[in-house]
Amino acid sequence: MIVERPRDLRIKKIAAHGFMLVFLLLILFPFFMIVSISFREGNFATGALWPENPTLEHWYLAFGLDYTRADGTVVSPPYPVLLWMWNSIKIGLIASIGVLALSTISAYAFSRIRIRGKQGMLDGLFLIQMFPTTLALVAIFAIFDALGEVTPALGINSHAALILVYLSQITLHIWTIKGYFDSVDTALDKAAEIDGASPWQTFRFIFLPLAVPIMAVVFVLTFIGVINDYPIASVLIRSEDQMTLAVGSRLYLNEFKYLWGDFAAAAILSGLPITVVFLIAQRYLVSGLSDGAVKG
Amino acid sequence: MTTADAGFGPAETRTEARPWLRLTIVALLGLMMLYGAFFLYQIAQPLFGAILLAVTTGFVVIFGANRFYGARFIFPGVAAVLVFIAFPVAYTIWLGFTNYSSFNLLSYERTIEVLISRGTVDPETEQPFAVARDGEVYRIWLPESGLLSAPVSLTVEEEEVALEPGEAPAALLTPRDAIALRSGLQSLTLNTPDEVALRNAGLRSFASVTPDFVRTGENELTRSADGLTLTANHETGFFETPEGEAVPPGWRVGVGFDNFERILESKGVRGPMLSIFAWTFAFAGLSVLGVFTVGLLLAVILQWEHLRFKTLYRILLILPYAVPGFISILVFRGLFNQNFGEINLILEALFGLRPNWFTDGNLARVMILFVNIWLGYPYMMLLAMGFLQAVPQDHKKAAALEGASSLRVFFTITLPQIIPPFLPLLIAAFAFNFNNLVLILLLTRGGPDIPGTVIPAGETDILASFTYRLAFQDSGQQFGLAGAITLLIFLVVAAISYANFVAMRRAANKRSGR
Repeated sequence: MIVERPRDLRIKKIAAHGFMLVFLLLILFPFFMIVSISFREGNFATGALWPENPTLEHWYLAFGLDYTRADGTVVSPPYPVLLWMWNSIKIGLIASIGVLALSTISAYAFSRIRIRGKQGMLDGLFLIQMFPTTLALVAIFAIFDALGEVTPALGINSHAALILVYLSQITLHIWTIKGYFDSVDTALDKAAEIDGASPWQTFRFIFLPLAVPIMAVVFVLTFIGVINDYPIASVLIRSEDQMTLAVGSRLYLNEFKYLWGDFAAAAILSGLPITVVFLIAQRYLVSGLSDGAVKG
Repeated sequence: MTTADAGFGPAETRTEARPWLRLTIVALLGLMMLYGAFFLYQIAQPLFGAILLAVTTGFVVIFGANRFYGARFIFPGVAAVLVFIAFPVAYTIWLGFTNYSSFNLLSYERTIEVLISRGTVDPETEQPFAVARDGEVYRIWLPESGLLSAPVSLTVEEEEVALEPGEAPAALLTPRDAIALRSGLQSLTLNTPDEVALRNAGLRSFASVTPDFVRTGENELTRSADGLTLTANHETGFFETPEGEAVPPGWRVGVGFDNFERILESKGVRGPMLSIFAWTFAFAGLSVLGVFTVGLLLAVILQWEHLRFKTLYRILLILPYAVPGFISILVFRGLFNQNFGEINLILEALFGLRPNWFTDGNLARVMILFVNIWLGYPYMMLLAMGFLQAVPQDHKKAAALEGASSLRVFFTITLPQIIPPFLPLLIAAFAFNFNNLVLILLLTRGGPDIPGTVIPAGETDILASFTYRLAFQDSGQQFGLAGAITLLIFLVVAAISYANFVAMRRAANKRSGR
């Protein structure tokens, strides 16, 4: 391992690169396929892995435009993909801002303010964060069904209801941000206190600016978590124009109306922005991830 | 927790610039919330009213009294956790002890309203109608009997007006415009000159309607058709005839442990439950094992000092993690499609095989595990790369100098050092997969179905997706039964959660003890 003979080393290198290439081919296969399918004619596999007569039909439809085929027939978009994207982004942004505000303040309190029973609350929080919201789906449905009779704005099929449910993600992130605040030197807040700052001022002018990097991580993680949710949105959202991307995309692969080609273009269109954001932020996300959030 | 004692002390020593301003705002908000709670109570939502009342009390006490200054920071977060997580969890468990389902969906009062509003149309009196606009109000015109109603607004609840013989109005609304006024028409009663009450009996006609049920007592309805007395049975949640025949719809009542007895004793439920229970554990365990093995292997290769193009490999390898999960899962759903999926296309060209990924239970399980490992290995790889860097180089060098093979170094030096910090994360991943609803719902929906069961259950259903199906799909919204199964899941998750808590403590103690 430390002292290696050149011949052995070369064989090992070839083996390592060979393994990596084969593995990558297997892993990246779906990506190649989905790009190819999005340019292929029709909505079924036609036998060719490489499109023989590339067409932009699926892409026109994904962008919500009518497409005129060579024979003059006009195809209309099957689903409002851009509207679904907008719904997802809107809900994701509002929910993430809410989660960020609540969890940053709570994390500061848990890290710095002396409160009776704090350790108990922290332990409770740690235990509760393992319970995914999806487990309480039946109750969530019953609650918002009842609230909808009071005011439809908070009932089934409203975005406000969905955002309220997503606020429950704070448990994960209070923990993440608290870990970050714990690592901040206590001399800082002592100095602030001596200068006469109240805890709120210390939070506002010292901790908040320091927390920007971890807040960015939490924001992106919450946003991705919200975008990826299917169960809650599928229970709370009924009408097509209110759907989020995750719920709507499922419609493409219905047994009775199978739109494989249209789905491919829509999937790339909607998946690409999030993928790019994730890849840019990934170095910063990794540290945040290991502090508690689990995706796969 | 090293910083806990360095925090701020009680607030008595601080002076506040404008305490009256804060108190006014708190009082105003408190009053608004109190009104909201009272409103919720009035419209028969006492539970939500009580919750809002509790939140209000907490808010006023903590933001009103100075001695709770510190708690003000924690209040929003704790209130959110209690309202958005603890309350739904408790509510789900409570539903597990009720018969809440599509048959017993409503409250008792609502059930009576629904039953009383049912009526039988007398075909003798049924006649078409038309609506005429008369300035701000409307008139109903019955052409067959030549009767015209007094003006009606069609917006208020329960209107009752008289009919007089009259001339046909000049301009009548089109049927489509009349249908738009449906809700107003439905709560309208028209009294003919010979004192017959006519009500809306469909989109196009008015008729004399006899109510099917009349409330004759606190817990009693009389059925008009046969004069039988129906009594409310508050144990089953139905109105019943003297012979015990239930008249739907029913209302929600507590049923004690009935749902749990069904799970544990009814054969058609217990059989599939056991198989689903076993598969849930197998699925979560094998998934964690798979992603951990693949992720660790890749991390070890990527850490090798002689490997080139590390950054490129790394970026390409985390791609499956960067793409939103729901899109990848749906892509796989299409690629694995038995009839026209690309995977079967290639397999047939190479080996002449067309595996039934969606109709053969075992193959469906293999597919699910493959997709889940594809989705999850990058996360484990990223974590493993971090932990591998923390293993001291000199330990490995010493072992290598002693003549140990690299495999042996890995298993005796490296692995034992990274397992303890990894353990809490592995347990968390297990808990996550235990409830990995998104994967199952988007990939197989639990199918293929297990044959011969009382309630629909699939070969690839995990407990969470099974409850989802019970509550929201094909089997009649059995919320009560779903709630009962959720309680079982809670128990398992609580055990996993506690194990994670212990593992976390150990890892933390080890780190600080060093």
